[in-house]
Amino acid sequence: MGGLKEVRIRIVSVISTQQITKAMKMVSAAKLRRAQDAIVRLRPYASKLTEIMQNVSQSSEVSGGNPFTKVRPVNKVLIVAIASNRGLCGAFNSNIIRTVNKMLREQYAQQHSAGNVKVLCIGKKISDYFSKNKKLFLDQRNDVYNNLDFEHVSQIASFLMDEFAKETFDKVVIVYNQFKNAAVQYVTQETLLPLQPPTEEATGKGAKAKADYIFEPSIEEIVDELIPKTIRTQLYKAILDSNASEHGARMTAMNKATENAGDMLKELRLSYNKARQAVITREILEIVGGAEALKG
Amino acid sequence: MLLEIITPDKKLFEGEVSSVIVPGKNGKFQMLNRHAPVISALKKGKIKIKTSQGVQQFDVNGGVVEMQKNKIIVLAE
Repeated sequence: MGGLKEVRIRIVSVISTQQITKAMKMVSAAKLRRAQDAIVRLRPYASKLTEIMQNVSQSSEVSGGNPFTKVRPVNKVLIVAIASNRGLCGAFNSNIIRTVNKMLREQYAQQHSAGNVKVLCIGKKISDYFSKNKKLFLDQRNDVYNNLDFEHVSQIASFLMDEFAKETFDKVVIVYNQFKNAAVQYVTQETLLPLQPPTEEATGKGAKAKADYIFEPSIEEIVDELIPKTIRTQLYKAILDSNASEHGARMTAMNKATENAGDMLKELRLSYNKARQAVITREILEIVGGAEALKG
Repeated sequence: MLLEIITPDKKLFEGEVSSVIVPGKNGKFQMLNRHAPVISALKKGKIKIKTSQGVQQFDVNGGVVEMQKNKIIVLAE
């Protein structure tokens, strides 16, 4: 039976694939933990920043003159799509692509048909997809993931703020996978620019935290300092979330792949053993038949 | 008074201090116990703090400081 050898080769190849997926799962689990730590470390900074922002906005009308809070009629839109540099993580990248395409079709259809929507890609997989569409594609920032820290993300945020202030875009939206847990990610879109002032929580907290602050050098300068920080932090948070989601998604995908390889191995081993037994039975029959013939 | 120095990547310092000197936009200033509530922008420079264990220094690249109810929060970069 010729199938015997083929089955054996397939078993060996499935085993080695399973080892790879198992290793990738473990690597992702370790990276996920690190990515989650980064989110946890950012949390106090982000919450204190909103707190100070609220305290400041109680003492004065914040949104007045700052260029980043100015709401303009939305003619030109920039979508910042945050995905990953690597594949093998389930529907992680395609979910983002699908959402961006949906936004182009529905939410920003008017601007899109006028050619006023651009996409800034963070992550190689999504850049590969959108770079084919020259009209849509603005640029990519795939190198952030090589060295994911606040400084690199700040550079992107500064670029976005500059473009917004120059009125190249009237609205900047970020699309990313929000991290829920290792198995669940939500595709989320948030408006990065113009910045929405913190409203609903500010009213609830207002009564107790009201203090007579000394503003040094002046309230305007502090607001000018705080607003870019808030924007940077928001972007950084989105990228960290996306990074954690990526590892989570990969971990789940690889876990599934390992399981599937296990199932496949079981079936292959069964058919291998069946084939092996058939060969043995046939050989015995031949021997017995041969012996019978010699006797007679 | 209580001091917290937080950066986006980690918490640099948390604890009781007796004096804090920060590089304000318009020049260095010191905050002692029961300083009036203040919010200030910071420029690049050094934060000097005095604790019961001695003096410590942190380099910052700008940031914001808030003092309120004898608690100081520094958001540094």
